[in-house]
Amino acid sequence: MKRYVIIGNGTAAAGIIEGIRNVDKEGRITVISGEDHHVYSRPLISYYLEGKTDLERMKYRPDDFYETNGCEVLFGKQAESIDKDGKTVKLCDGTVITYDKLAVATGSRPFVPQMDGLEKVKKKFGFMTLGDALELEKVLTKDANVLIVGAGLIGLKCAEGIYGRVGHITVCDLADRVLSSILDSDCAAIVEKHLESKGVSFILSDTAASFEEKRAYMRSGKTVDFDILVLAVGVRANTGLIGSIGGNVNRGIVVNEKMETSIPGIYAAGDCAEGYDSALGSNRVLAILPNAYMQGFTAGKNMAGSEAALTNAIPMNSIGFFGLHMMTAGVYEGEMTEEKSEEGVKRFFVKDGLLKGFMIIGSTERTGILTSLIREKTPLDTVDFGKVRTLVSNMIFTREMRRKKFGGIV
Amino acid sequence: MKRVYVNEEWCLGCHLCEYNCAFANSGLENMVFALKDKKIFPRIHVEGEDRITFAVSCRHCEDPMCVKSCIAGAITKKDGVVKINRNKCVGCLTCVLVCPYGALAPGEDGIMQKCELCLENSCGAPACVTGCPNKAIVYEERSGDQ
Repeated sequence: MKRYVIIGNGTAAAGIIEGIRNVDKEGRITVISGEDHHVYSRPLISYYLEGKTDLERMKYRPDDFYETNGCEVLFGKQAESIDKDGKTVKLCDGTVITYDKLAVATGSRPFVPQMDGLEKVKKKFGFMTLGDALELEKVLTKDANVLIVGAGLIGLKCAEGIYGRVGHITVCDLADRVLSSILDSDCAAIVEKHLESKGVSFILSDTAASFEEKRAYMRSGKTVDFDILVLAVGVRANTGLIGSIGGNVNRGIVVNEKMETSIPGIYAAGDCAEGYDSALGSNRVLAILPNAYMQGFTAGKNMAGSEAALTNAIPMNSIGFFGLHMMTAGVYEGEMTEEKSEEGVKRFFVKDGLLKGFMIIGSTERTGILTSLIREKTPLDTVDFGKVRTLVSNMIFTREMRRKKFGGIV
Repeated sequence: MKRVYVNEEWCLGCHLCEYNCAFANSGLENMVFALKDKKIFPRIHVEGEDRITFAVSCRHCEDPMCVKSCIAGAITKKDGVVKINRNKCVGCLTCVLVCPYGALAPGEDGIMQKCELCLENSCGAPACVTGCPNKAIVYEERSGDQ
């Protein structure tokens, strides 16, 4: 009977468990969970604060998930080191666990740049984990001024989550725009304006240089007074366990299409891993939930002896703020075409006869059709791509393509 | 497993499937109360233009992207049917972003809903199929199916 060990208990770990069980119903699975929680959906922590979900509903899998899948979970335990020759994992409490196949799904941690006086701030929080959200929740008051450092996905989702429970929110970022990882300046301006219309203030192209307990001194010379500080600057992949034993590590733990690390018998998946991005054409960390699951599932199947490869992963985000929804995918390379309407804006990026990426704000119906064009590298001369300018629908395909797409078993 | 298929050549573009779907999933016994003067949010929709029309609904894929991508773990596949737990869904629309068929759309409340083949509503079998006047929508098993 094979012994599988998974370090981590997030979405990637759930994927690994389901991938293993897809192939091997017998092997022993041990999950080392740093957090003391049943697997939950990390991106839902802002919805939790907003009151749109609760601790019960935000569980990523049912209560009997581990039992059904025959997993032993060691809650609240940290892995300290891996012995790749002896094939063991040592926990911080000294326990040693033997494995035949090991998966590292350790996720990422917040990146906090050097800022003078940060230690003087008493009410400061990250916004990555359920623990972070629960701690932040304790100090939320209707009259609190909140400063969020970081106008990325995490920072803005945090703003939306706490919006109705605090006084005023200011968001600052060194970038010149919000959501700089997924939107260009024009699209970001639409989102920024929308959030400003709700009363959220922005300080962009500027960042906090130093702090007092309740005051930030910005690099520009401005000062911002706050009661609560949220740090959402960025994240770093947790690669230490693999890096420290000589495994190939870049921004993340480098994995191939089977999710194997450079060390035999050890796999990695999720936000800690750097896998192939087929839109970019090279490796990068794709820290998004669907990718974590798919990488995990792929890793699990391979760990259990099956052959699986993840070859078409791409960046993709579907996210909304205060009723304004946007979807983005792929890379923004090549020729850009734009469609503007009352409902919003669509920007398509075409290169070498392929759709490489898009940004859509507002009208998001059937956007998955576009995502599939990127993922499947569908040559645009085989479809009537011009039609998406007015409406994204299956009319872009020929009748024969539709017959195959919808007529058979998929 | 039986699935809903659409024979494009026979689709009249009458949109009755959309109304039958909305009614079947309304939980109401009277079609007039369920649909009259209301904007409907069906789980099947007719696409097309001029002379080409066809209805699109969930394909209940062998390897569903929506299940793998749902950030809330709200979409599952059991006994061949892809289902959504509306109680868990937060309306992020990631499933809309990944469905290659463009088959998914949120309900009136912004929370996702999807075709579950009418297996658990009062209809018991796909209402879009039963009500299609030209038999363009069929519910059948096709070769290669599992």
